[in-house]
Amino acid sequence: MGKTIVIEPVTRIEGHAKVTIQLDDAGNVSDTRVNVVELRGFEKFCIGRPVEELPRIVTSICGVCPWSHHLASAKACDAVFGVEIPPAAKKLRQLANSIAFTEEHILHFYFLAGADFIMGPDADYSVRNVIGIAGKVPEVAKTVIRCRHLGAKMLEILSGKSIHPVAAVPGGFSKVLTSEERDMMIPMAKEVLELAKFSIDFARKNIFPQYIDAIKTLGVIKTGFLGTVKKDDGTLDLYDGVLRMMQPDGSYEDFTYEQYTDYIGEHIEPWTYMKFPYMKKAGKLSMDLNNPVGVYRTNTLARINVCDKIRTPLAQKELEEFRSEFGRPVQLTLLYNWARLIELLYNAEYAIQLLEDPEITSKDIRIPVKPRAARGIGCIEAPRGTLIHDYETDENGIVTNVNLIVGTTHNNAPINMSVKKTATDLIKDGNYDQGILNKVEMAIRAYDPCLSCATHNLDGRIAVKLDIMDASGGIIQTLQN
Amino acid sequence: MTVKVAEEWLNICGGCEVTILDIGEPLLDLLSKLEFVHMPVLMDHKYFGQTGEKTELEIPEADVGIISGGIRNEKEKIVALEMRKKCKTLISLGSCACFGGIPALANQYSLEELYDKVYRQSKTTDSADTPSDDIPPLLDRIYALDEVIKVDVYIPGCPTTPEIVADALTSLLEGKPFTLPERSVCDDCPTKREKKAITSIKRPLESILPPGQKLEESRCFMELGYLCLGPVTKSGCGGSEKTPRCIKGVMPCRGCFGPIRAGANPMVEMMGALSSIGLDPRLIFDRPSTFQRYIGAHGRLRPLPKRP
Repeated sequence: MGKTIVIEPVTRIEGHAKVTIQLDDAGNVSDTRVNVVELRGFEKFCIGRPVEELPRIVTSICGVCPWSHHLASAKACDAVFGVEIPPAAKKLRQLANSIAFTEEHILHFYFLAGADFIMGPDADYSVRNVIGIAGKVPEVAKTVIRCRHLGAKMLEILSGKSIHPVAAVPGGFSKVLTSEERDMMIPMAKEVLELAKFSIDFARKNIFPQYIDAIKTLGVIKTGFLGTVKKDDGTLDLYDGVLRMMQPDGSYEDFTYEQYTDYIGEHIEPWTYMKFPYMKKAGKLSMDLNNPVGVYRTNTLARINVCDKIRTPLAQKELEEFRSEFGRPVQLTLLYNWARLIELLYNAEYAIQLLEDPEITSKDIRIPVKPRAARGIGCIEAPRGTLIHDYETDENGIVTNVNLIVGTTHNNAPINMSVKKTATDLIKDGNYDQGILNKVEMAIRAYDPCLSCATHNLDGRIAVKLDIMDASGGIIQTLQN
Repeated sequence: MTVKVAEEWLNICGGCEVTILDIGEPLLDLLSKLEFVHMPVLMDHKYFGQTGEKTELEIPEADVGIISGGIRNEKEKIVALEMRKKCKTLISLGSCACFGGIPALANQYSLEELYDKVYRQSKTTDSADTPSDDIPPLLDRIYALDEVIKVDVYIPGCPTTPEIVADALTSLLEGKPFTLPERSVCDDCPTKREKKAITSIKRPLESILPPGQKLEESRCFMELGYLCLGPVTKSGCGGSEKTPRCIKGVMPCRGCFGPIRAGANPMVEMMGALSSIGLDPRLIFDRPSTFQRYIGAHGRLRPLPKRP
């Protein structure tokens, strides 16, 4: 056995992970692993709580996408209580969801992954970050910080609290949006739309052409895809709909939330706390790069692949251009970043549509609910992929069982495969440097993994640590986040 | 002169880090005075050197260290100790670091119970042994930072408020101490209190106020019968606008800023607050983990005795 390279921690992702790369005697890659090193146990400690409290507890699974957990939980509660919420409440939840998506996609593009492209993948680590970006393009940095802040402000106006929100409740929404508040929000939302338009333009002109070779090779694997679309017409829908599982050849099946246990299984490996979801109908999971079985991906590229269309005009136009250039389904991993910008545009447009809908200021936003023994499943598209909250309660509405599958967890197998592919392609004859190791991390960053979410089970970190070992298995070098 | 800052996140959700970004435009002014030397969420400084060439975990020296998250595994403990060693002033950011936070609800269960649920009793999971190869073992429970290392400045909240982070950093830049005043959420709540509940205790399963009613015209949520941890919770979440965040969302407080003063006992004090307005605390489901939802470290939440 040759050397082992350890990258620890993987940086500019949400949470903790380490990457281990095993080299053979000739210095070529024989195996890689992305070790996720924490576990938090939400599925255990949510049991015994009154179910109406869960939308305020599960938010702490993730401070980056708290709205996703909040809304999935509120939807699961609606189902447990057996109620259909008022239309205005649904619109308020969708509005919050779209604003939260814009915030997160801006965060990922400019603060996390963007530095690899704007500063360059081989740039020194001291400038390959958002502070480096602020030095290189200060006006852009200023607009980005302002627009992210506007997103937080809008969520505060809407719900009181932007991170770990409380306003989505079983039966609807707790706070009415007044017309004065709506009027304050519209110009803010329009400013965010301008940034969204700028971002995709900027990327198309200045970033993607420069990196097209990397896009065509880095971390490319062939998998299926999972996302949510509107029932019967296939429109991209981040809040509600049916789940669509697409095969690598582009054929697909749609299924309801209640059927998720028929379509998704979870496999355990001894070297990571994070589970590996797979297509249950494939019968097993294999992460063999040459012959993968049961592997599917979620998050932006998956949604852009599975949807038939997008409901807002600018994003629909972008989708058409994207498809005419790259086809459907697209397997190129770095294009997650491009798909993310299409979704940023969609959410910025959709937030304005919802704000301009007269029903958004309705006072009919909540119906009372009564405890009962029941099971309720709430799904939503979180920025990082399909999020499933499945609750069971006793007759007093006290939680007796919880099952959670979160966006990043679906991508566990694909992330491991993309890391292996990248490391195998780039590390030859024992030669590597910090730029090459950063490219291995770029394959991870494309998925915008949130390891806090993914380790909701117990502890909240995906650590990527890269160990370089010698032939006897002794660790020579360790890189980690 | 710039101040060197190191930031680490331990058993976290990332919300505290997003709160730092949510300072907004004033952040750009602050950034010009700060030099980040280590911050995994935003920069690529690695523990063992940039190509993993070192054998010891190393964080650079800094004037100010910021740590979010409680301590859950062996690795986080090592990182916390290294941060303490290298940082002159250490800030505990957020309620997980200060009191254990929501993840410390897990302190009510043994590790084996957690593992069983996650790896062997999940409806979608192919049951297997608990993973243990090449990953740091978990500690027996979640620890607040000050159970392991000395903390100089506490900034509570789940998450805290961007203004508080900005104020704290500005104070430190000017060499001044930073503390939050000992006020309760009720002190900053605009609803009207008459010191008597008008009904018995209720679960929040319907609208608390008539939709659209202004808070200033409303009665205290608890006097309307809905449990609110305002009386035993430190204020500050509303920032300069004062009105507490959850109250603004027309939802009762659940105590995310933690106790009003060191040494307080919210469990006991909350029972008193309920009784004093004529509500019966015994009618509330799940009292220990509701009254102490964010403060389960420091031995406050423990495994329940096994029922015979």
